[in-house]
Amino acid sequence: MNDVPIDLLAQADELAATTKLDKIDVSQPSLYQDDTWRPWFARLRAEAPIHYCPDSRFGAFWSVTKYKDIMAVDTNHKVFSSDSQLGGITIRDAPMSFRRPSFISMDPPLHDDQRRAVSPIVAPSNLVNLEKLIRERSAKILDTLPIGEEFNWVEKVSIELTTQMLATLFDFPFEDRHLLTYWSDIATADLLSGKVSSEEERNEILQQCVKYMRTLSKQRENGPPRFDLLSMMARDPSTRDMDDRMFLGNCILLIVGGNDTTRNSISGGLLALNKYPEQYDKLRANHALIETMVPEIVRWQTPLAHMRRTALEDFDLNGNRIKKGDKVVMWYISGNRDEEMIENADDFIIDRPRPRQHLSFGFGIHRCVGNRLAEMQLKILWEEILARFPAINVVGPVKRVFSNFVHGIEEVPVIIPSRH
Amino acid sequence: MPTITYIEHDGTAHTVEVAEGFSVMEGAINNTVPGIDADCGGACACATCHVYVDPAWQHLTGTQSEAEASMISFANAVEPNSRLSCQIKVTAELDGLVVRMPAGQH
Repeated sequence: MNDVPIDLLAQADELAATTKLDKIDVSQPSLYQDDTWRPWFARLRAEAPIHYCPDSRFGAFWSVTKYKDIMAVDTNHKVFSSDSQLGGITIRDAPMSFRRPSFISMDPPLHDDQRRAVSPIVAPSNLVNLEKLIRERSAKILDTLPIGEEFNWVEKVSIELTTQMLATLFDFPFEDRHLLTYWSDIATADLLSGKVSSEEERNEILQQCVKYMRTLSKQRENGPPRFDLLSMMARDPSTRDMDDRMFLGNCILLIVGGNDTTRNSISGGLLALNKYPEQYDKLRANHALIETMVPEIVRWQTPLAHMRRTALEDFDLNGNRIKKGDKVVMWYISGNRDEEMIENADDFIIDRPRPRQHLSFGFGIHRCVGNRLAEMQLKILWEEILARFPAINVVGPVKRVFSNFVHGIEEVPVIIPSRH
Repeated sequence: MPTITYIEHDGTAHTVEVAEGFSVMEGAINNTVPGIDADCGGACACATCHVYVDPAWQHLTGTQSEAEASMISFANAVEPNSRLSCQIKVTAELDGLVVRMPAGQH
């Protein structure tokens, strides 16, 4: 089914083709909410792959839209900084007083030490320990879904599964786990989305997160070793003495990293299989294709549309003179549609030969630390889905998030006709 | 053509021929040897082609570049003989090379 009104798509095609290049502004969150971003990036990739937008709600910025150019920026952290004090990793510049360092919005060497403090929790050896738990939870969630009755897949499955996982990683009180989703949504919300209306309001809400997490963290500083994110940060020399801003920054990084991304891949995967029914048939005929479908879901959805850097020096990027201090936005969502690197890139194809060659996790030193956990969650969920339901049908319009950063899905109305 | 032996974490060995000029990573991928993921396709940008070079061969495989060392430092179960296999080019003198794979790529 096509979930976006045809006239809206036609209008976007027309506008994207006729707007003057220097007036193109891909930072508009409505492009992602309306799902009309494709023709704009197709035009930039063809005519101005490294594009300068002189004026937007988020100020002037460079757009890097092709796969190889994104790779070149992402792996050059000496020139392209992630430092929160320069603006960090999103196109939105927070006011100076609310710029929160975290290991994703930091350059080496502190980045390296802080990342290593938490990365063992998502290392292959620990994923083995988490597998059984994820399978039990997936099964439990799927077994309670109504049959023959419409419900919101995002709320009942995507949010539930990812929030439970996050609560486990933080060893967060299970009954309060909805707070994690709430803080995650608040931290990334666009100020025009209706979720928060000012940076002050956002900060006030996130101070509750600091308070709650600090209390848990204090309890875990001493005593026998525990294996959860807060304990790991409380005991590692690089993270144990963080001030409130850095502590919050890292908590938010880990919450958003483990929450929005997997959530939207779970929702996006179901949507993709409904848009490409022949792929769903192929999957039903051969469950082993889950292995290659999972990275394809992550590519096709691209749960984070962009990552931003700030140039530390003048730099020539394929003939484009980027100046020291310029804002450089790598549009992963566009690089993942680059036909030069990915054949039939707009299409969802579950048996691609090199499915992991996509940009959704980033590349270089900031590459997503939880990528294998995310893949494992999706893999287990789809194994359990296929074992239970012959079909899950998307039955109404999809509601997407008003954001140029979190490429998110709020509602996917579905009906499950029957069980096996 | 040089032969390379890839040993999976569980001990399963795969001996394959790899033409000179290819990387040790490409040798695995092109011969569907399991245990090397190579997400970035050989750009030294992901650390999912992590291998342990058999100590007898270390002097012939060269040393980590700065970028490689930086990526390896974020990998799991790093050892002094850890390398990213996309950064080792197959040459005639590497005929017989033995590399081992970690439990999982991360």
